[in-house]
Amino acid sequence: MKRRLALLLAAAMLLTSAVAGLSSCNGDGGSNKKGHVYYLNFKPEVDKQWQELAAKYTEKTGVQVDVETAADTQYEQKLLTTIGKDDAPTLFQIKGAAGLATWDEYCYDLTDSEPIKQLSSDAFALKNGEGKVKGLGYVSECFGIIVRKDLLEKAGYKVEDITNFESLKKVAEDITARKEELGFSAFTTPALGKGNGWRLSNHLSNMPLYYEFKDDGLSAANPPASIKGTYLDYYRQMIDLYFNNATVEPSVATGTTVDDARAEFMDGKAVFFQNGDWEYANITKDNALSNDQLAMIPMYIGVAGEENNGLCAGTEAYWAVNGDANEEDIQATLDFMTWLMTDDEATTALADEMGFACTFKSAKTPQNYLDKFNNDYAVAGKTVITWAFTAQPSENYQLELQGALQGYAIKMDDDSWAAVKNAFVDGWATEYAAAHEE
Amino acid sequence: MGKTLKKNPLYLLLFMIPTVAAFIIGFVYPFIMGIYLSLCKFKTPKHIDFIGFKNYLKLVEGGTNTDRFLQSFWFTALFAVLSTVLINVLAFTVAVLLTKNFGGTNLFRTIFFMPNLLGGVLLGSIWTILINGILSVFKESLTNKGIYGLIGLLIVLLWQQIGYMMIIYVAGLQGVSEDLKEAAKIDGADSKQILFKVTIPLVMPSISMCTFLTLTNGFKLFDQNIAMTGGLPNHETEMLALNIYNTFYGTRGQMGFAQAKAVVFFLIVGLIAIVQLKITQSKEAD
Repeated sequence: MKRRLALLLAAAMLLTSAVAGLSSCNGDGGSNKKGHVYYLNFKPEVDKQWQELAAKYTEKTGVQVDVETAADTQYEQKLLTTIGKDDAPTLFQIKGAAGLATWDEYCYDLTDSEPIKQLSSDAFALKNGEGKVKGLGYVSECFGIIVRKDLLEKAGYKVEDITNFESLKKVAEDITARKEELGFSAFTTPALGKGNGWRLSNHLSNMPLYYEFKDDGLSAANPPASIKGTYLDYYRQMIDLYFNNATVEPSVATGTTVDDARAEFMDGKAVFFQNGDWEYANITKDNALSNDQLAMIPMYIGVAGEENNGLCAGTEAYWAVNGDANEEDIQATLDFMTWLMTDDEATTALADEMGFACTFKSAKTPQNYLDKFNNDYAVAGKTVITWAFTAQPSENYQLELQGALQGYAIKMDDDSWAAVKNAFVDGWATEYAAAHEE
Repeated sequence: MGKTLKKNPLYLLLFMIPTVAAFIIGFVYPFIMGIYLSLCKFKTPKHIDFIGFKNYLKLVEGGTNTDRFLQSFWFTALFAVLSTVLINVLAFTVAVLLTKNFGGTNLFRTIFFMPNLLGGVLLGSIWTILINGILSVFKESLTNKGIYGLIGLLIVLLWQQIGYMMIIYVAGLQGVSEDLKEAAKIDGADSKQILFKVTIPLVMPSISMCTFLTLTNGFKLFDQNIAMTGGLPNHETEMLALNIYNTFYGTRGQMGFAQAKAVVFFLIVGLIAIVQLKITQSKEAD
């Protein structure tokens, strides 16, 4: 009896595994003439919206669109582990020129494709060394210093009073002097806790890099193997301003996070919060802050002529099509992209539901009040500061710089600044060499 | 039934297939692949170029790469030794207390065991907030000095693992016959002598088990490390696993090198574990 039972169980096991094998065969067989799209998304906050949009497309055209989401920090790992599979993503993201350097051989040549023709500007077409378009920048973002207008007015100033580093410094130091009386500080915590220093290591460092690239005729699209750090003194001056006028002392800020900084800003404990337009959804959630409390100003670091600067605007998110996918799937992916860029329903969803300021000819303007300031500066004839930090050679470069800044926060002396300088300048050459080693 | 099984090797094979397959797919294949990749240079799975022992040479040629790896090694070793000693001494003490006859021992055993059920990253994050809250009073934070990170990591790992090891010790202690202790008492042994001459030699198998677990855990620690200090300040608290992880994911083109580090790491941990087992097992009473 027992023996029969064992046999029966074994047979059942084999049978189920055979069935499982068969069903997966059926799944693979789904690559019919229509092709299928498999999108690897890296913005978890809009995963649900992507799923809905994909379902809509499938309903309309019958083409299967799968959307998978990996959190930003896990995205590169996810891409690395899925790209080698038979059923690899057909549409994925690469982060600027540094990302293209890694993934170039996987990227389909988009040069004459339909989606590229739908871009509002050539500036959003990412080219490789041979001049082939491999990436399509689909969302434009901007960053600068977000201002609590109401608090600034309480301190006796207007946004218009701040036009350069000197005026920003004057306002910040005056607020610090009256901190107790006013009940708030000038800046939020610089948030240098582990993994949180990116606002300084990536975004603020865009300023010295932007000026240096401009002087030396360099571009983030073609990252240099080394840099000089010509504008580092300005970078230090701005960091000192942050450290000396923040809600917490710099040696404590090494244990705080961007979430802490945001909470301080929302609780009315600080006037200035350096961050980007993507924060809009967070700070206005449940009507925490309203539009008339908010403004956004450029990051002034003290370089002559900065009165004419606008916000830092650009993109780090480029769509790339998997060139290894079969032809039907590539075509299906290109069609899907074109639909996203032209269809009324799709562009509306991208703008209204996902809040993306898309870079397409027929893109809709999202309901993101912070973007308004970017446009206002541009309309007023101010220079849009392009993104230079995307040229940074590796993630380790950014981590090393964050580590050095953290050391500077503890001591704030010339020795610890030398470490920042070392990470900023020498670290660039080291990491560039390591990333491009043959 | 037993006879049929022994007579028919087909049955043996049939029932071994799932486990063996899982072992090959989940361990043997990745392991061999890992060793192969440590001899290669690759950025993506598409182009894997065989480069021989270059990655290993990079590890011994001196310079930042070697220094960082060595620094990580010594920090890891220090941490592993400290955590092994502290966890075992404390877990054993708690186990001795909780095998005495008084009320509520089961309740306390459960309470001490519970931290073990939580994940390392979660624990690390929560403890970081707690520790930073206290340190901020003194105008400091967990990542300001290497020693803070070391102590912080120890606190979390102790809190997490003492309960687990305690359970193993409790089981061992309950296996020690009361008769032996009573006999020792009649022979005039005091409680200290009973503990060191009777109880400890008899729970030696538990001790070697627990030291093995804590020592290898200490060496392999990753979750708490990445969640609490991330190696800050200046790589001072970067343990080997995190060092390898950062090399692998932080800089494109260094993945083969990270793989080579991982192989060396495996050899180090394997060697230490074998030596430790030999030493403790030689002390086990027959």
